[in-house]
Amino acid sequence: MADLVLRVLRGLALALVLVFFLFPIVWILLMSFQTNETILRLPPSLAFDPTLANYKALLTGTMETSSGTLQVTFLRNLGNSVLLASLSVGLSLLLGVPAAYAFARFRFRLGEDIAFTLLSFRFAPPLLVLLPLSLYFNELGLADTYAGLIWVYQLICLPLVLWIVRSHFEEAGVEVENAYRLDGHSWWAGFRKVAIPLAMPGIAAAGLLAFIFAWNNFVFALILASADKQPVTVGALAFVTASGIQYGQIAAAIVLSILPTLALALYAQRWLVEGLSLGAVKG
Amino acid sequence: MSHSAPTLPPGLPLPAAANRRRTRRADAWLPYLLSLPALLVCIGILVPFVTALWYSLQRYNLAMPFTRGFIGLEHYQEFLSDPAFWNTLRVSAVFTLATVGVELLLGLGIALLLWRRSRVNDAAAVVLLLPLMTAPALASLMWKLMTNPGFGVLAWAAAQVGAGDFRWASAPSSAMFTVVLVDVWVYTPFMVILLLAGLRSLPPQPFEAARLDGVPAHFVLLRITLPMLAPFLLTATLFRTLDSIQQFDIVYAMTQGGPGDALMVFQVQAYLEFFQYTNVGRSAALLVVLWAVTYALSRLFIRHWMRLRQGGRAHG
Repeated sequence: MADLVLRVLRGLALALVLVFFLFPIVWILLMSFQTNETILRLPPSLAFDPTLANYKALLTGTMETSSGTLQVTFLRNLGNSVLLASLSVGLSLLLGVPAAYAFARFRFRLGEDIAFTLLSFRFAPPLLVLLPLSLYFNELGLADTYAGLIWVYQLICLPLVLWIVRSHFEEAGVEVENAYRLDGHSWWAGFRKVAIPLAMPGIAAAGLLAFIFAWNNFVFALILASADKQPVTVGALAFVTASGIQYGQIAAAIVLSILPTLALALYAQRWLVEGLSLGAVKG
Repeated sequence: MSHSAPTLPPGLPLPAAANRRRTRRADAWLPYLLSLPALLVCIGILVPFVTALWYSLQRYNLAMPFTRGFIGLEHYQEFLSDPAFWNTLRVSAVFTLATVGVELLLGLGIALLLWRRSRVNDAAAVVLLLPLMTAPALASLMWKLMTNPGFGVLAWAAAQVGAGDFRWASAPSSAMFTVVLVDVWVYTPFMVILLLAGLRSLPPQPFEAARLDGVPAHFVLLRITLPMLAPFLLTATLFRTLDSIQQFDIVYAMTQGGPGDALMVFQVQAYLEFFQYTNVGRSAALLVVLWAVTYALSRLFIRHWMRLRQGGRAHG
């Protein structure tokens, strides 16, 4: 009997947890398929005729309102997010994988210094670096350029790549590589043909996670990018101000903005623990 | 091993070959060459960082460039008697303690609930990833829509239970509650998945022994589970504390620090100081104070983390 009560209580607790964490996403998803009329209805109701008008407005770039036609740049924000996140991850893999290899295979002072400097900046207030950069960027001609943003995004991507890929190089061990090199191959061949394939799961995981974090970043672009370079996180906020009361479109914009990372997260779930803790905890 | 390799594999103690000296030298600079790009990025971060330290010692207002000059620690001295600074400190502390406290307890509870592997529990753990992978700034927007006084489902629900005058983020008295709620929604799953990974890596023997001896459940939790889980609890808490104390996205997207100064956490205050009042020096000083706090905490974290790395490969 007591056992049954306990099981019911557990089930109830689990249901409450799921409702709390899922409800906002489900609610916004429902909102995105509604017109303003049904959104503004009180009490809120699930009875509505789903419409794709909100998504259509976002994707075609024009929004019909009572006061005329509005231009929507949201598609551009979406494109910016794709561009910024993928190029940043690409660059951080290019820079980070060789460095991670060096840190894993050689014991040298500089390596530890770099690794820990980057790690400690993972925990430093981003504005501390961003505010001086916003002044520098004007002088360097990097202000409001994709290149400048991608460089700053390394602050998010590079520590992730370094620490995760390094631990995978360490785990793969040096034995296979040494055997390969004793056959007369150069270290470069060993790196490319043995070390990288062995560490590939780690490299893929780091890349996926870096993409998610770059996509979700808000503050870098808020400070360094003007409207035409902004990713969805900043764009959605501006969109709220600009569109005023077009709640259906706002909801649709949020859905389109979070969908890619949610989908990737489901795909990358088995590496998330490791990635979120920078390798401190293994999943 | 009879033939000598053209270049010596690093870290491999081969017998001295004829060309040992040359290859040794090549191997000596190889790691530096490989990490050079990462080093450059590091320098790229360190330069603005040092610049910020330098700005914090200056009177530097973008609107009044001619008054710029070195003033030593004046900004920091001003903080001591500045109510706005103490407000920032208080708001940041309240936000951090509230979010980390709630997330730790809730996260631990949920992790214990999902501990045993089953289809339902594993599916629930996956569902929990969704808030965590939502951009925090967008999460704020979602909750803003849900608490909108005109049509928000939560505002409506509050009215149904007789709290119709509860104004969520737009009243100073409830703004903190609202942003803490959003933070809890986004980041509790972080605690859950870290602690769940911890729980599932624990050896089963102590729990089996306790069960055979009929040890009561609360005793098992307090005397066995929690002590064994301690390194994971510490990791998760430090991570969350370091992020929470610097929270910007959720607060900025929700109210930009308002209403009034109810949510002026460090980074939001520094942001406004810089972009609204163009006061670079003061903004930098504020961030340096925040950095000092996070630096102390992150040293603690890194030391703990190194121990995990060295001793704790077993946590696999």
